[in-house]
Amino acid sequence: MIMKKKNNSQFFAFVRKEFYHIFRDVRTMLVIIGIPVIQILLIGFAISTEVKNVEVAVYDPSNDEVTNRIINQMDASEYFNVTRRLKSANEADEVFKKGQTGLVVVFCEGFGERLYHTGDAAIQLLIDASDPNHGTTVSSYAGSVIAGYQQELLQETNVPVRINPEIRMLYNPEMRSAYNFVPGLMGMIFMLVCAMMTSVAIVREKESGTMEVLLVSPVKPIYVVISKLVPYFIISWVIFIIILLLSVFVLGVPISGSLVWLNIFALIFIIVALSLGLLISTVVKTQVAAILASGMGLIMPVMILSGYVFPIESMPPILQWISGIIPARWFVSGAKKLIIEGVPVRFVLKEMLILLGMAILIITVSLRNIKTRLE
Amino acid sequence: MIIKIDNLTKCFGDFTAVDHITFSVGKGEIFGFLGANGAGKTTAMRMFCGLSKPTSGEGRVAGYDIAKQPEMVKKNIGYMSQKFSLYEDLKVWENIRLFAGIYGLDGKQISRKTDITLKRIGLMNEKNTLVKELPLGWKQKLAFSVAIFHEPKIVFLDEPTGGVDPIARRQFWEMIYEAAEKGITVFVTTHYMDEAEYCNRVSIMVDGRIKVLDTPGRLKDRFHAKNMDEVFRQLAR
Repeated sequence: MIMKKKNNSQFFAFVRKEFYHIFRDVRTMLVIIGIPVIQILLIGFAISTEVKNVEVAVYDPSNDEVTNRIINQMDASEYFNVTRRLKSANEADEVFKKGQTGLVVVFCEGFGERLYHTGDAAIQLLIDASDPNHGTTVSSYAGSVIAGYQQELLQETNVPVRINPEIRMLYNPEMRSAYNFVPGLMGMIFMLVCAMMTSVAIVREKESGTMEVLLVSPVKPIYVVISKLVPYFIISWVIFIIILLLSVFVLGVPISGSLVWLNIFALIFIIVALSLGLLISTVVKTQVAAILASGMGLIMPVMILSGYVFPIESMPPILQWISGIIPARWFVSGAKKLIIEGVPVRFVLKEMLILLGMAILIITVSLRNIKTRLE
Repeated sequence: MIIKIDNLTKCFGDFTAVDHITFSVGKGEIFGFLGANGAGKTTAMRMFCGLSKPTSGEGRVAGYDIAKQPEMVKKNIGYMSQKFSLYEDLKVWENIRLFAGIYGLDGKQISRKTDITLKRIGLMNEKNTLVKELPLGWKQKLAFSVAIFHEPKIVFLDEPTGGVDPIARRQFWEMIYEAAEKGITVFVTTHYMDEAEYCNRVSIMVDGRIKVLDTPGRLKDRFHAKNMDEVFRQLAR
C-alpha cells in the first residue's frame, strides 16, 4: 500500500514535470495552442455569407414576355445584376471560369408558351458553389425571385402555373462547407498535438540523455512514457473543447449530436493519436526524425486521405482502400455524423470500434518495441 | 566487496563486446574504468547498472545480482553520464526534487537535504534558476550532487568531466573525493589520463577484456612509464 502511494506520487511528479516542459517552452505552446486557434479562425473568416450584386448570365432561347419579366425582376433585386446574355447553354462553363459570374440562368425553349399552355416550365439555375455558403445563399435568393414571380402570375391570371427550377451546384456538388472542415481540422490538429508533440517530447529525452538517467533509476520505463502522455491527453481535450467553442460561436456550426458522445468519440481518437506518437518515439532516435515521421507519416495522410480536403467517395478505389487504415478517416467520418448530421451514437459505432481496435493494436506494438529496445 | 564481477560476458550475435571480465571493487574505493572507444566499457557499465542482461557470467553490485535483481541494483546506485543529464527547463530545486523522488525520498527529507547540498556546492543562490542558465561546470557539479543525493552505495560516472575546463574538473574531483570519504564507492570512466592518476585503482579494457588492473603507481612501474598516459598508449595502441 505504502509502495503504491509512493509510486503514485512519483507518477504525478513526472506528470507535473511534463507540464513544466510544455508551459516553459514558447514554441511548444505556440504549436499546441496557437495553431488550432489560428486555423479555426482562418477558416471562420474565410467564409463570407454576404451576398450582393452577384453577376448573372442568362441564356434565354425563348426570349418572350415571361422570361424578360423574370430577368428584369432578378436584375432589379439588390442581390443580382444581369450582366450577360449567352448565345448557347454551353457558354455557361466559360463565363464561370472567367470568375465574375456567380449564377447562370437557363430558360427552356418556348418558356412562356409552355408555362401558359401546360402550366409547367423548366428553368435551370447553375451556381458557382466553390464557396458553398455563398452558393447556397445565391440559390435561395434566386429561388425566391422565381417563386415571387410565380406568385404574381397566379394573382394576375388565376391559372396555376409551376416553374420548376432545377438547381445545379457547380464545382462543389456536395456543398462541402466550412462546417465540414471542422472535423477534418480536428483530426489534423490532434495528429499535430498528440502524435507529433508527444513523439518529439519522448525523443527529446533520449537525445538529451535524461532518458538514460531515468532508465538507470528504479522508475519503471513505462511510467516515464505514460507520464509523458497524460499532459498531452489533457491538453488535447482542452484544445478539442476550444475548437468546439470556436466552431459554435465563431463559425456558427450547429452541433446537432450528443455532446457527451462527441467528447467520448474525440477522446478515443486522441488516444489513437497519442499511441501513434508513442509508436514513432520507439522507432526514431532524433527529434528531427520524429517531426519528419509524424509530419510525413501522419499529418500528410490526414490532409490528403482522411476526407478532410478531398472527398473519399471520389477517390480511386485503391486510395479509398488505403484511407481505411488512416485513423483520422474514421474520426472525420464519425465526427461529421455526430456534429453535422446529429445522428444517434449507434450510427458511429463502427467508427468507434475501428478506432478502439487501432488504439489497442498500436499500443501493443509500441509497448513491445519499448521492451525490446530496453533489453 | 561492493562490486564483484565474475567471468561476465556479453555477446551481440557473433561479436563479443565484453569477454569474461573478472574484478572486484571495495567500499569507498575510487575505481577508474578505462579503455579506448569501442573497447566494451559502455556495454560493461550497462550490465553493472542492471540495464542489460549478461550473456554469461555473474555479477553482484551493492550486494544484488545484476541479472536477477536489476531493480534492487538500480535502487542502490547513482548514475551520471557524459551527456549532461538534468532537465534544462526545470529549476535547480525541481530537478533535485524529481530525481530524489524517483529514489523514494519523501518531501520533507528532500527539502531539508536540498538546502544542505546547494550550500555545500555553492549553488544556494541558484536554487530557483533554470538549469539551462547555469555554466557547464556548475551543471556537472549539480548533476553529481543529484546522482549521490539519495546516498547510494555506488555511483557510476560515465565520463563525467567531458568538455569541462581544467579548474572545474579539479573541483569536480574534489567532490568525488568527498563522496568517497563518506563511504560511497566511485566507479568512473574517463578519457583524461591525468584523472586516472586520481583513482585508487584503475583497470584498462582492450577488446572486451580487462588487460591490466592495479594502482596507478604500480602500473607506471610495471610499464616503466612516466604517467598513465604512457601506460594507456602501450596497452591500447
